[in-house]
Amino acid sequence: MKKLVAFLFAFLLAASMAVPAFAADASDLEGTTINVYNWGEYISDGSEGSLDVNAEFTKRTGIKVNYNNYDTNENMYAKLKSEGVSYDIVIPSDYMIQRMIEEDMLQKIDFSNIPNYKYIDEKYKGLYFDPNDEYSVPYNVGMVGLIYNTKMVTQAPTSWSVMWDEQYQGKILMFDNPRDAFGIAQKLLGQSFNTTAEADWKAAADKLKEQKPILQGYVMDDIFRKMENGEAAIAPYYAGDFITMHDNNPDLAFVYPQEGVNIFVDSICIPKNAQNKAAAEAYINFLLEPDIAVANANYLGYASPNTAVLSHADYELKDNEYLYPTAAQTPETEYFYNLPQETLNLMTNLWSELKASQSGDAEAEQAAGSIWLYVGIGVVVVAIAGVIIYKTVQKKKRDFADAED
Amino acid sequence: MEQKPSLLQKLASAQYILWSLIFIIAPLILVVYYAFTDAQGQFTLANIQQLSSYSGIFLRSIGYGLVATVICLLLSYPFAYILSQSGAKRQSTMILLVMLPMWMNFLLRTYSWMTILEDTGLINTFLGFFGVGPLHMINTGGAVILGMVYNFIPYMILPLYSVMSKLDKSLIEAAQDLGASRLAVVRKVIFPLSVPGVVSGITMVFVPCVSTFYISQKLGGGTFSLIGDIIEMQFQTAYNYNLGAALSLVLMVLILICMAVMNRFADQDSGAMVI
Repeated sequence: MKKLVAFLFAFLLAASMAVPAFAADASDLEGTTINVYNWGEYISDGSEGSLDVNAEFTKRTGIKVNYNNYDTNENMYAKLKSEGVSYDIVIPSDYMIQRMIEEDMLQKIDFSNIPNYKYIDEKYKGLYFDPNDEYSVPYNVGMVGLIYNTKMVTQAPTSWSVMWDEQYQGKILMFDNPRDAFGIAQKLLGQSFNTTAEADWKAAADKLKEQKPILQGYVMDDIFRKMENGEAAIAPYYAGDFITMHDNNPDLAFVYPQEGVNIFVDSICIPKNAQNKAAAEAYINFLLEPDIAVANANYLGYASPNTAVLSHADYELKDNEYLYPTAAQTPETEYFYNLPQETLNLMTNLWSELKASQSGDAEAEQAAGSIWLYVGIGVVVVAIAGVIIYKTVQKKKRDFADAED
Repeated sequence: MEQKPSLLQKLASAQYILWSLIFIIAPLILVVYYAFTDAQGQFTLANIQQLSSYSGIFLRSIGYGLVATVICLLLSYPFAYILSQSGAKRQSTMILLVMLPMWMNFLLRTYSWMTILEDTGLINTFLGFFGVGPLHMINTGGAVILGMVYNFIPYMILPLYSVMSKLDKSLIEAAQDLGASRLAVVRKVIFPLSVPGVVSGITMVFVPCVSTFYISQKLGGGTFSLIGDIIEMQFQTAYNYNLGAALSLVLMVLILICMAVMNRFADQDSGAMVI
């Protein structure tokens, strides 16, 4: 609690002090503040004996860090779009970076201030969303895969189709966000994630509708707990998070399904309305320092695009087959692209239809329930109407009687 | 004769008017504006026309809200009466106990129900010791309604209690003196006098129940979408503010209608109130 209050005070204080934007020399930056907007649980924060990266940055540079979290790309986008806030650092995923560049929400980074950029693996340079490497510096990379509990799923799955297998009814979890959920159906149907054909999306929606009756639920972060304590047997999630789950429950196993998976890159960017660009560049450079990048990579469990990390003696996940699969083990991968607004609307409409629908067994089970529900609503409405009419008549009678007197 | 408000009075009330203009009226106008425009800001009725496909969800939300409200009322009414009749010390302890969970965050309380109801949760682990179960409780409509009742029941108890504790005992005694049976006392004296509490309790429970989204997401496993979930999705993931606003607008109108109906009860001459 105390911490929270202190944090709030720090935030207010920082907000009330205007930070000069023209500071250029590193020594001039001392005492200034940068506002960092990152995913929740996405930096080594000093817990469990790890390095507190933000505190270390302040120690080395004298720049204060104001750290805030978001939980989806879409939330971060909406907040930046509202323009009520100003951040110096954001770390969106690939397709969101593409969108933000298209909408002129990011500014070009001065790479002469980021000498450590040399550590970034060539593989992760010139990616589709930033072909000339002007706006973004890769932070983490990852792939989606299938997590299953070996105690409950005896035959090791190799395909997404296991998520449609009725013998695991009630034990399967699905992503609770449309893009990832549709993605799995799309790969099963042999489509691209980035198709704009209406028929493709409708076919994928039908596939998801087929799956709904055997699902335990649509969830996101709850997947951690539900998989760790055996509440569910099968769930799709990110390889980096599987490593955390596996530490807590060794019965869990991971596979990249043969149909193909989503690969993503989360990159560090500077928004257009940043107040302290020079400090932001210092921060990016700092995150790429080998020792800092190793601390983050060890803590987060995501694959690192930083070549210095892989050769570092302290890096624990170097040989992890899920993070760094060999060429033979590497699955088919595809990036998410930013979809045109029309397709986005189609996707959400189909998704809300799916969430609202009752299909198959659930329908039969609920039909009985909903008849009673509707009967109940009907009875209540009729009763209310009856009482009101009765009252009105009574009142009129009484008024009439009063008038007679 | 009414006095004209002095300048001081005007100034004193101006800040409240300004406050409600900025934080109540302006957002409402924005909701209406978004509901009737498209992404380019052109006037359109398409958002409203699209709503028919969500009628099932509207109906389900209202149905769940009604069921939860009725359960809250049935549980709270006797409780509030017993509470109002007990000693002063016990009253304050009981009220404290009713309020206590509300000091904790609503999200946390709902989240913990999830760990209680799960197949590997507290209840089923306990039942497992006796070889019973596991009973399937989470991700059902019942779990969603349980979450609503649990979270919102204090809003039913408190208004009922505050009305009943002010009940004039002499009226009850008079009824008894005049030979009214116990049932008649409740029916003709206690209940009619408590109607204002019932009405405000019902509104305070029904409105948040109908518009909730967190409870249905966590206890319904995301498969029991209510209207709140759909609205949240339009704003959070779909960037479709217009449809989201249209949905909110219709929800607001529906709730207003429900409240207007409820107020008719409150307006009635309470002496003649019989159900």
